Amino acid sequence: MQQPGRAAEIKAIGIGKSFGSFRALDNLTLDIGRGEFLTLLGPSGSGKTTFLMILAGFVQPTEGRLFSDGVDITERPAEQRAAGMVFQGYALFPHMSVEANIAFPLKVRKKSAADIKRRVGEMIERVGLKGHEKKLPAQLSGGQQQRVALARALVFEPGVLLLDEPFSALDKGLRGQMQAEMKRLHQETGTTFVFVTHDQSEALALSSRVAIFNHGKLLQVGAPDEVYDRPDNRFVAEFLGEINMLPLKGVRPADNGSTGLCEDRAVSMRCKAETVRGDAILAIRPEYMSISGEAAAGENGIAATATNSTYLGAATRLDLTTRQGAKVTVSVPNEIAAAALSKGNSVWLTWPAEKGFLLPHGGQ
Amino acid sequence: MRAYLSDRMGAALLMAPLLLFLVLAYAWPFLGVVKWSFTLPTPGLGQYEALLTDDLVQSVFIRTLRIAAVVTVVSVAAAYAITVVWVRGTPVQRVIAEFCILVPFWISVLTRAFGWVALLSNRGLINTWLQAIGFISEPLALVRNEFGVIVGMTHFLIPFAVFPLASSMRSLDDRVLLAARGLGSSRMRTFWSVFVPMTRSGIIGAALIVFVFSLGFFVTPAILGGGRSVMVAELIYLRIFQSPDWGLGAAISVVLVLFVGALMALLFRYVRPKQLI
Repeated sequence: MQQPGRAAEIKAIGIGKSFGSFRALDNLTLDIGRGEFLTLLGPSGSGKTTFLMILAGFVQPTEGRLFSDGVDITERPAEQRAAGMVFQGYALFPHMSVEANIAFPLKVRKKSAADIKRRVGEMIERVGLKGHEKKLPAQLSGGQQQRVALARALVFEPGVLLLDEPFSALDKGLRGQMQAEMKRLHQETGTTFVFVTHDQSEALALSSRVAIFNHGKLLQVGAPDEVYDRPDNRFVAEFLGEINMLPLKGVRPADNGSTGLCEDRAVSMRCKAETVRGDAILAIRPEYMSISGEAAAGENGIAATATNSTYLGAATRLDLTTRQGAKVTVSVPNEIAAAALSKGNSVWLTWPAEKGFLLPHGGQ
Repeated sequence: MRAYLSDRMGAALLMAPLLLFLVLAYAWPFLGVVKWSFTLPTPGLGQYEALLTDDLVQSVFIRTLRIAAVVTVVSVAAAYAITVVWVRGTPVQRVIAEFCILVPFWISVLTRAFGWVALLSNRGLINTWLQAIGFISEPLALVRNEFGVIVGMTHFLIPFAVFPLASSMRSLDDRVLLAARGLGSSRMRTFWSVFVPMTRSGIIGAALIVFVFSLGFFVTPAILGGGRSVMVAELIYLRIFQSPDWGLGAAISVVLVLFVGALMALLFRYVRPKQLI
């Protein structure tokens, strides 16, 4: 966070924060790599925003240390950390023009007038605000205000850019556009981005890694496909998208993974039954399940009856009930859904061994 | 739409008695004053001509504007500091600030003026103390002059400046201040280049209110000015009750009311009436 123009590497060790008796953040240890795009994901009150505020220096942690490029910055005030920050609702200076807003961080750093003019001009060009230089924030659209906020936070080449739910006020179309733009800015600047959101699809689409929070605890950190396909626990599995859960019995390690009994049929998983033994939950994303007339020998599959279908355009969402009463949802091609429904009786649900993963029985 | 109309009707009905009172007690008699200004002692524009040529009247107007300007600057600056503590201080600071703002409202303007005389006169507390510690040998002239008038008026008007300022400070988005600090701005710099400009409407509102009030002050300048720092309101009083020169007094009144009216129009372009309470 101190050398301009160079992405920062951040290390949080055992960070905790209490507000009175409320534990907002508990024993968080996390490394944020140089130039990485890390998303902090979680429901509201999960501690993700508190952690962002601690990174910015607006909130002092109750315990733990924070390092930037190896230097302890736990006690350093916000204005000396100078992380670029984009707030929810943008927090632009309403009395300053677009130009003056973007020039502000350079002015407080006492840059020369020529330098400020050049860098502000470049930044305005880069975020596509040419022709709006003299306008006040109130005269801009939401998307344009968002660009000003991004430009203002990036113009002084901070080591890290912190973004607090920056797209929550934008409509869906604009949101997609701004996400693409932010990804481009990340690549162009090479700066470390730390992005807070509660929208899991946004997190998966943008980040190099996703950190999932709940109840003040960091539950899992990993690349988007890693956390999506191999969540560590039930909360992460459910928060990242729709998921089917089937009770599993007699789970034990096997060659190449593990096996167990699902509704009296042997199924196999690629993942290892390290922590999970005996009763467990088999979790499979809806899009990884397919429907067939009969499961081949050795193939993972259970019998189920289609009960309801929802046409989604590109695919159909099919709700099924297994013989033992478990509810399953799959997303399948439209004609297959129609066929399954018309039969009115049993179909087979199958899935590849590497797409099912184990979660502990009950609890989180 | 129907509900909206009937709401407006209801509001109009509720305001009607007040409006009627204002028309009967102020507007109607004031028309009489306007009439005097054109008719006494002889019909014509003579009184308004005199206003433009009479040295005494002009010097009083200039003094009034000067005192009002100084009082405005000092009151708004002091009120700004108090309001920052009141709106953004710790809970204890807020209670203390609120006490300081509200207590003056419970004491009459006359009592307060005499209180200042007791503090500021030659044998008042301040001069006696300063002499006792040997800081001065002769008493300072703190009262019966413009200084005394300014002190007394400022003291009276600070609370009136607080409300528009508080309203503008309360509506300010804290995240903007955080953003300034996050972008590398010190607390001082954030205050001067973000906080103060963002409370601009409050500052303008407070300044206009204090200025307008100052123009019509009577009791405070009469007591603390000791007849030597006469302001417009006192001049009108002298013309009506002592000279007696009703026509000129009436003409001065009309000019004062027009001037204040223009300032009020300006005020309501910058602040909504709701912000002033």
